[in-house]
Amino acid sequence: MTASIQPSTAAGVQYLLRLGDACLVLSHRISEWIGHAPILEEELALGNIALDLLGQSRALLTRAGQLGAGAGGNAFDEDQLAYLREERHYLNPVMMELPRGDFAFTQVRNLVAACWLLPMWTRLQASTDAEVAAIAAKAVKEVRYHQQHAAEWVVRLGDGTEESTRRMQDALRQIWPYVNELFAADAIDAAAEASGLGPAWSSLKPDWDAAIDEVLAEARLTRPQHTPHVYEGVRGVHSEHMGHLLTTMQSLQRSYPGGVW
Amino acid sequence: MSINQTTGANEWPLWEVFVRNKAGLDHKHCGSLHAPDAKMALQMARDVYTRRQEGVSLWVVPSSAIVASDPGEKSTMFDPMEDKVYRHPTFYDLPASLDHM
Repeated sequence: MTASIQPSTAAGVQYLLRLGDACLVLSHRISEWIGHAPILEEELALGNIALDLLGQSRALLTRAGQLGAGAGGNAFDEDQLAYLREERHYLNPVMMELPRGDFAFTQVRNLVAACWLLPMWTRLQASTDAEVAAIAAKAVKEVRYHQQHAAEWVVRLGDGTEESTRRMQDALRQIWPYVNELFAADAIDAAAEASGLGPAWSSLKPDWDAAIDEVLAEARLTRPQHTPHVYEGVRGVHSEHMGHLLTTMQSLQRSYPGGVW
Repeated sequence: MSINQTTGANEWPLWEVFVRNKAGLDHKHCGSLHAPDAKMALQMARDVYTRRQEGVSLWVVPSSAIVASDPGEKSTMFDPMEDKVYRHPTFYDLPASLDHM
């Protein structure tokens, strides 16, 4: 075992960790399909998407570590931030840590996430932080493809057989209560908007709504009812699934501290 | 759209994939894959065959649309050309600047 680290609580650092952790944890969940995807071609597609998200996360965690050091904290690199935090210091929205579920759930979550990340990265291209703007310029192209790919599946399975339609509608129903958190406002969010580091998440909602509604209409799926609860993964309050995910994700670095290829 | 019933059983149709690796060059056959329809075939071709920056353009063609010569007629189709060496431009000296002959 190696000691855990505590990241900086500076608003800019927390803002980048929220997004970086969202990409990291979603990447991990998608990677769980490797060896289990329904067809070889889709296995490669999911692997590519997971790797794109991991790359985005690496860049964001690196930048968050640099900003944390600049704010008077310790300098942490991407690996330390990815592997040596305790559960309460991961700031991804809870949706990203939910188990991979069936293929329907995976594609619905990928669509929901891509429709959220696309306006996010688009706006981050104008970040006042030049590093973040550069990361966004690369990521926006990747996420545009992720959205297309997930949308193709959602349309085909939503407007497919009786069973595929049922599974897609079930997946939507399961994921919908976790959507609120993607657009919730708080002080960290407001500070990022004010400093020009990045957009307030709530401002992404109209773009997300438009993109999701277009795909659901084509897929002949029904948008689930809005639910009131707002999860708080972005403040470190996670579901029961997060601990299990971290034990898998961190096992190597925890067992062999500093281990490299 | 019915994914499971496109070709009976649970088999998706087969597609041939052609990749152009540089602007100006030809699309080259690089393999095949299974996909439910043309749009997905194109996406999957991107993921399977261009993930290491191999291409700038992709074609996918239903394998069923390809008319192939019969291997059994190989001798009739191709052997007569064996002794027609005069059809090769081997009796000319090519300028060194000609790359793609």
